[in-house]
Amino acid sequence: MEDLTSPKQEKENQELGEAGRPWEEIAASSQDPESALSEPLESEQWPETGPQPRSSLPQSPLSRSSTPLDDLRGPGASSPPSPPQEASFTPSTLALAGQELAIPWQSDKTAVNVNPKAGTPRSQHLELPTISDKGESTAPQTCQSEGNTFQQSQQTKRLLYGPEDVSDNNSKQKELTFNVFQEEDSNSNYDLDHAESGVSEVAPSLLEIAIQSAKAYLLKTSSKSGLNLYDHLSDMLTKVLDERPENAVDIIESISQDVKMEHFRKKLDTLQNENEMLPIYEIAEKQKALFLNGNLEGADQELEDEIAENSLPNVMESAFYFEQAGVGLGTDETYRIFLALKQLTDTHPIQRCRFWGKILGLEMNYIVAEVEVHEGEDEDDVEDEDVTEERDDGDSEADENDEEELPRTFYKTPQPIPKEESRTGANKYVYFVCNEPGGPWVKLPSVTPAQIVIARKIKKFFTGRLETPVVTYPPFPGNESNYLRAQIARISAGTHVSPLGFYQFGEQEVEEEEEVEGRRESFEENPDFEGIQVTDLVESLSNWVHHVQHILSQGRCNWFNPTQKSEEEEEEEDEEKEEEKGEEPDYMEQEVGPPLLTPISEDLEIQNIPPWTTQLSSNLIPQYALAVLRSNLWPGAYAVSNGKKFENFYIGWGHKYSPDNYTPPALPPVYQEYPSGAEITEMDDPSVEEERAFKAAQEQAAALPVEEMEETEEDEDEEDYDQE
Amino acid sequence: MDAESLLLSLELASGSGQGLSPDRRASLLTSLTLLKRDYRYDRVLFWGRILGLVADYYIAQGLSEDQLAPRKTLYSLNCMEWSLLPPATEDMVVQTSVVKGRFMGDPSHEYEHTELQKMSEGEKVFEEEVVVQIKEETRLVSVIDQIDKAVAVIPRGALFKTPFGPIHVNRTFEGLSLSEAKKLSSYFHFREPVELKNKTLLEKADLDPSLDFMDSLEHDIPKGSWSIQMERGNTLVVLRSLLWPGLTFFHAPRTKNCGYIYVGTGEKNIDLPFML
Repeated sequence: MEDLTSPKQEKENQELGEAGRPWEEIAASSQDPESALSEPLESEQWPETGPQPRSSLPQSPLSRSSTPLDDLRGPGASSPPSPPQEASFTPSTLALAGQELAIPWQSDKTAVNVNPKAGTPRSQHLELPTISDKGESTAPQTCQSEGNTFQQSQQTKRLLYGPEDVSDNNSKQKELTFNVFQEEDSNSNYDLDHAESGVSEVAPSLLEIAIQSAKAYLLKTSSKSGLNLYDHLSDMLTKVLDERPENAVDIIESISQDVKMEHFRKKLDTLQNENEMLPIYEIAEKQKALFLNGNLEGADQELEDEIAENSLPNVMESAFYFEQAGVGLGTDETYRIFLALKQLTDTHPIQRCRFWGKILGLEMNYIVAEVEVHEGEDEDDVEDEDVTEERDDGDSEADENDEEELPRTFYKTPQPIPKEESRTGANKYVYFVCNEPGGPWVKLPSVTPAQIVIARKIKKFFTGRLETPVVTYPPFPGNESNYLRAQIARISAGTHVSPLGFYQFGEQEVEEEEEVEGRRESFEENPDFEGIQVTDLVESLSNWVHHVQHILSQGRCNWFNPTQKSEEEEEEEDEEKEEEKGEEPDYMEQEVGPPLLTPISEDLEIQNIPPWTTQLSSNLIPQYALAVLRSNLWPGAYAVSNGKKFENFYIGWGHKYSPDNYTPPALPPVYQEYPSGAEITEMDDPSVEEERAFKAAQEQAAALPVEEMEETEEDEDEEDYDQE
Repeated sequence: MDAESLLLSLELASGSGQGLSPDRRASLLTSLTLLKRDYRYDRVLFWGRILGLVADYYIAQGLSEDQLAPRKTLYSLNCMEWSLLPPATEDMVVQTSVVKGRFMGDPSHEYEHTELQKMSEGEKVFEEEVVVQIKEETRLVSVIDQIDKAVAVIPRGALFKTPFGPIHVNRTFEGLSLSEAKKLSSYFHFREPVELKNKTLLEKADLDPSLDFMDSLEHDIPKGSWSIQMERGNTLVVLRSLLWPGLTFFHAPRTKNCGYIYVGTGEKNIDLPFML
């Protein structure tokens, strides 16, 4: 047994040697100065470790306690405290009782002994046993060792040996008493010592029982985590002694926490990102600029001007309304957006600005600001148009060159419908987007009818990067910024609503425009608007009107007649037209959408689903509640009104609702490669009867003049070829 | 999201734009506390909200001590009176899969669905149109169950498996690190594992049995059905399901704060393959 166990101990020792040493020292040192009685014991104990392989000296958390453990063994095993026995015994107890025994004893000891005497006599002790006692102690060791080894091997097999030993081995009682006496001494547990020295037979068993039951309690495995306090404490102490933190007592809770967490943490790669926190700081730094902007413009004069020509919307107020309705971003994010809008209005010449909403993307989101620009500030747009036109020209020239060599396609591209000018129709407002508050605001290009038409046919997630190409069928003309702009136009047209009477048509414009197109497209705030009862707004949809023009299926708000051409174009195309007349009808019926400020009660249903849902924001306090309008056609679009004011807001993925699944449009029919005619039509091979009839015809023909016959023969030959 | 930290959780999840009005919040805080007491749940989750045409369903779930044990689901229309929903069965899921369109907001509403059933009379077999009535409550149960199975999310390490089998909240969980938080593999489906058994031994070799006992989001089909984003200056991870739009999961790295909420129409995004 000794042989088997000692190597194990050694191993443990080596592993935890560092940590072990202090224990030993403390334990031993505490014994040292206590009494003269303990000295002989000590002298015996120390050599015990001496003869053993040196490695046992730096003892492990398990064997740290070689001294304490010996002590423990003493009463329990009722063996005399003779060193040789210990030498053989220590490993065996360790092996059997293992860690379980060793550690509580340590902790016991620390509680009793170490604290009062903390560390002072440490150095003395080490010298004491090694130098002075070695020689003397060897003799008694050997004497007693033989008798005891037998005992131990017996006893160590029992886990709870204390009480039984006492009763069983009467013959050994003497030894026991002696042992206990010494044991208690060495523990410096004076109270116990006095009490038990008298009733030495009973006392150790009581003590032992208490110890055992305490230990059993500590060893009880948690039904939740499968851990036990005993192991946990030992792990904690190991950790403390391994790491030797400053003021360990102050952070003992977190050490305990750490030890527990280690159970759930894989041995992590030692390579860790050091600059993990960098992006956080970068963004904070970026947003700091938003907060500093206000302070820089300190002058009172400027401030007054600013307030006078205020283009900034009160985002927080509308956010408050939407919060009542249970939608909207958090207060913090809203405020940052507010600041970002301020930045936008400060840096751009903007007449009016509004927080349009947020469109979610796969990688980043878009915060959208709707802006009315001062007149004459849309130079960018003009440039854009030029560029696109140039591109178109280039394409058509290339086509013409190709036409000489290659076969011409019969496909005629329909004439592109021109986009609406800025400040009209779908391009009434300019939109700026940014990915996050503090980021740069990017102006979206104005939308073309073609983009709107295609956007209706596709369904695609936004990525959050404006330059991403939109890969769909049918192909979308433009990148994500165009798609985003098209969706914004569609959502605005579908969901921007206001209480009836809030807006009215401008009086002058009414006359002019009615003459021109029969449609009115501009409106102004009604100064006499007195507000509508909130309950009326909730009950009847006819109290809400659209204040953004409907987009026709052509992709424009105001219908454009594609057949009505400018003079130049007509001249060019006259010749072509004459050839292909009849293919296209010259006259197209004008598309008419619902006029501006149409009540939303006239909106179409989506397959029996009403397009709007109205609610009161609170049923508990209805007198102060708001009217909330939720679009079912564009999930994420909301309108809120308190009767006098109203707000529109969109937050979502930017897709229209459809109860059916999306089906991409079918591919167009394949064009013919060449015109089919009689010459290239396949024919069936002639049957026997047909050949006979043919021969009969030939014979008849033979009667005809020779010249004619030759001709017919040639013809026949040709026909044969064709048939093959 | 945990009912106890409802306010903080709502604030963190607000990036998707769907929150609760102040009166709903207040009533939830009150009623969920009572719910926990009355039903003796270990934990009460506020699950979310299904938007109906007339009214919205507010959903809460009660968990027992074993976090993966079947959950009790309750719904309410006014956030105060809660009704227990029956557990979902496969029949329910099959039955309600034919219903499309929006929820009404009335649990007793009945959807009508006509289907062809084969009838046999003697030797003749002919098809007959049968009108099936499906209660909205049944649909609600099955949709909640589907969402839970498909997209309920929990960060790795927030739960752990005890040696005896039950799954408990990991009290020592202190959040994912920032680099882990950006990976889909650090998030698990909050349900009984399905895919885990199909893994090869080689794939399982690196797994920690006490932590990796659920399916990770990494291999979800279709690929890319999650949008993972950092918000609030990189201090918040937000996962949005594209398969069930409306589900938002949030987690503040290095903290315990995490949870998911569903606010949506209760319809699956079957167009997803076209939209990526």
